[in-house]
Amino acid sequence: MSLTGSTRRFSPLVPQENAGQFFSSGHTNNWAVLVCTSRFWFNYRHVANTLSVYRSVKRLGIPDSHIVLMLADDMACNHRNPKPATVFSHKNMELNVYGDDVEVDYRGYEVTVENFLRVLTGRLPPSTPRSKRLLSDDRSNILIYLTGHGGNGFLKFQDSEEISNVELADAFEQMWQKRRYNELLFIIDTCQGASMYERFYSPNLMALASSQVGEDSLSHQPDLAIGVHLMDRYTFYLLEFLEDIHPSSKANMNDLFKVCPKSQCVSTPGHRTDLFLRDPGSALITDFFGSVRKVEITMETINLTEPIHSFR
Amino acid sequence: MGLLSDPNRRRALISLLTRLNAPICVVCYMAGVAWFMGLAFEPFTLRTYMSENAMGSTMVEERFPAGERALGTGREFSAHKKKAGGMPVDWLVKTMQSRGLEVFTQRFSRRLPFPDEDKERYMVKGTNVYGILRAPRAPRTEALVLSAPCSPGDDNNQAVGVLLGLAQYFRNQVFWAKDIIFLVNEHDLIGMQAWLEGYHHTNTTGMDWSPLQGRGGSIQAALSLELSSDVVTSLDLVLEGLNGQLPNLDLANLFYAFCQKIGVLCTTQGKLQRNDWDSVSGYSHAVQTMMLMVMKQASGRPWGDHGLFLRYHIEAATIKGINSFRQYKTDATTIGRLLEGMYRKLNNLLERLHQSYFFYLMPSLSHFVSIGYYMPAFGLLALILLLRALDLWIQLATPPPGVLSVLTPLVISHLTGVALYTLPIHFQEIAVEHFPVSETEAVVLTAIAVYTAGLALPHNTHRLLTGRGTENGWKVLKLVAVLYLAVLLGCTALINFSLGFILALTLVPVAAFVTPDLCSATPACTLLFSVFLFQELQEMPVSFLDGWMLYLSVISQGILDHALYGSLVYPLVALLVYPCWLLFWNILFWK
Repeated sequence: MSLTGSTRRFSPLVPQENAGQFFSSGHTNNWAVLVCTSRFWFNYRHVANTLSVYRSVKRLGIPDSHIVLMLADDMACNHRNPKPATVFSHKNMELNVYGDDVEVDYRGYEVTVENFLRVLTGRLPPSTPRSKRLLSDDRSNILIYLTGHGGNGFLKFQDSEEISNVELADAFEQMWQKRRYNELLFIIDTCQGASMYERFYSPNLMALASSQVGEDSLSHQPDLAIGVHLMDRYTFYLLEFLEDIHPSSKANMNDLFKVCPKSQCVSTPGHRTDLFLRDPGSALITDFFGSVRKVEITMETINLTEPIHSFR
Repeated sequence: MGLLSDPNRRRALISLLTRLNAPICVVCYMAGVAWFMGLAFEPFTLRTYMSENAMGSTMVEERFPAGERALGTGREFSAHKKKAGGMPVDWLVKTMQSRGLEVFTQRFSRRLPFPDEDKERYMVKGTNVYGILRAPRAPRTEALVLSAPCSPGDDNNQAVGVLLGLAQYFRNQVFWAKDIIFLVNEHDLIGMQAWLEGYHHTNTTGMDWSPLQGRGGSIQAALSLELSSDVVTSLDLVLEGLNGQLPNLDLANLFYAFCQKIGVLCTTQGKLQRNDWDSVSGYSHAVQTMMLMVMKQASGRPWGDHGLFLRYHIEAATIKGINSFRQYKTDATTIGRLLEGMYRKLNNLLERLHQSYFFYLMPSLSHFVSIGYYMPAFGLLALILLLRALDLWIQLATPPPGVLSVLTPLVISHLTGVALYTLPIHFQEIAVEHFPVSETEAVVLTAIAVYTAGLALPHNTHRLLTGRGTENGWKVLKLVAVLYLAVLLGCTALINFSLGFILALTLVPVAAFVTPDLCSATPACTLLFSVFLFQELQEMPVSFLDGWMLYLSVISQGILDHALYGSLVYPLVALLVYPCWLLFWNILFWK
């Protein structure tokens, strides 16, 4: 039922056209699930990767209530961190991605394959708090970002278990059947990352990976004062790209595919768009990384007949 | 039919074995020696690499600034040491406390079985001083140790100075995840043994020590520093520990990686590695380095203060500063930075070092040979004994031999071994009364006397031997003796490959070819020869008289090591190798 139907007076055409533009992509809310799967101090860069994407996503408008952040280890408060309570993504400590308003939903040993799949499919026990749930519906666009150590067809969680590409594809199919997403963008930054999206078969999925099968994703830069590598290359250039995006930016997915060519990344990033129903050129970056606050324009006036008395 | 169950084929195999036994044995021996010498040839070795993921590369920034101040502290320490005439306990406690460490002391005393040349008295008393730097944010579950010995005279003052300088610098950093214990031990190994026993609540050697008041967690790694000059030209890494035990190879890899990063010359066995492995002199250089390591490992004594940590499964090494005649000198600040880098990397460890090899030989600091590659050399030598045993078994097939006839020589040999083990220390008082010798000489000369008395046994115990004079009697004895030697050498090689290999190299030809007519060498000759070879390899060849003195001191040191630290070489030789070899000596004088 159109909003501007029925017997109302028609206002000038321009707001209607604007209204039409708002709903071209078909989604009404945005969610993000950001997962770092490795622990131990020498995997500092994976936590920094995830926190950089978290920072961009928050800056572009998705609120904490719509972000599920899973970090497998606590780098900021690790005993070996020479700058406690910080996680840096650039050497010379230019950018502290830990900030002072980070909200981690799944922490430490709670980041497991089972919890991740339960978050995606919504099969959580009734006692789970809202901050740990992915409460998406059929008009949600979801961004899923995974990083850690991976191989051909699997991603390692916490040094003790793995998730395979088949499991992931089945989880997305469950989400589709339960109508838990409108469109889904899947980004993975691990070695041989492209193997993780090979098995997808549900509609409206778009996937990006930092390296092809048989290639390793490399880390970007070490920081000698901290003593570890700070970021992986793909996410480093992704972060650089996202820093130029603002909430009303019109950059689209084709620009995202160009991030980190082989000359910068050493590995060859890959992407998959055959399951996506729209043309990638028409999908904006902010469709997944930002949160659209839709405004519904109403032409009606409502008379509040009785004043509300305040109680003494 | 199968190869062994078909009687025709079996007979053919047996005849082959008996006909070609001696040639095959000789070939095996040559092959074993050639394999061993080939281990030092560079294409047959592997480059060292860091196996532990948590330690990763040398990706830290070392910022230790206070080398000169550390040397000044060392000079203060030297002055106080002279004034106190030993360990300046009060000054050390005060200095460590002013640097913000938790300081504790431990007294220990030890009654030596006999006074040796260093100590010259029976009772050794001392104090260890150690300070604990608590990790700022971590629970006290793990610790690292840095130690420097308090040596008499002018030695190792700079080591203590650098230790205190590093303690001050480390105290200002927030990134320590493990407690760091800075230990200054007195009387070298005796003090270290007392500290370790106190730390781990064990008492294996009968020492007297006061319990430790302060403790860190379980020790993950330890480094011992020996530095006696203000500048050094190279740093030497000493790995060999008690009973030939070696630390995990990752510790050596870490040291080498940092030496390369900082640009300090580093050596092992005091020999700088060369690049010309394809030339004869380059190859012989590598062989010499490897042989030095083999000899040091075979002696079973700890060659640095780190050697006693290994028994508690703590990876430890000693870093020695060497000042020789080179142009390029390294100052104390650089040494401090190297140690800082190593400790930052050890700080990142999540588990004990276990990813790399525990059994290896190093022809140079950048190449190593693992146990899988060097064990076949020993295997070939042990094969000779087994072939000989097979040969004897076939010869003795008819009539079946009486094993009881060998019981008498066995018992007598082992009793002699027990005598060699117990008598030298027990009779030293009587010896000192009757002869004008010092206690050490008394012990050594008693040992040699018992050894020689054992040599005379076969002539005197003829009446007790049954089956003497018969042709088969000595073959039975030889069969038993050869198998005994094979098992003994095999077990020794598993624990201490170098000791097993050197014993095998000298005893196997003797054991294989001894008959009632041929003469043979003795284990004492092995030791004498080894002493001279060791001095040659260190490029300090000695005259015969000096060599003989050195030989006697080696014997006394072996007995002392066994009493003080539990070294197993002396009981092994006295209780097992010597009786086994006496059986062969019996065969020699069978008629």
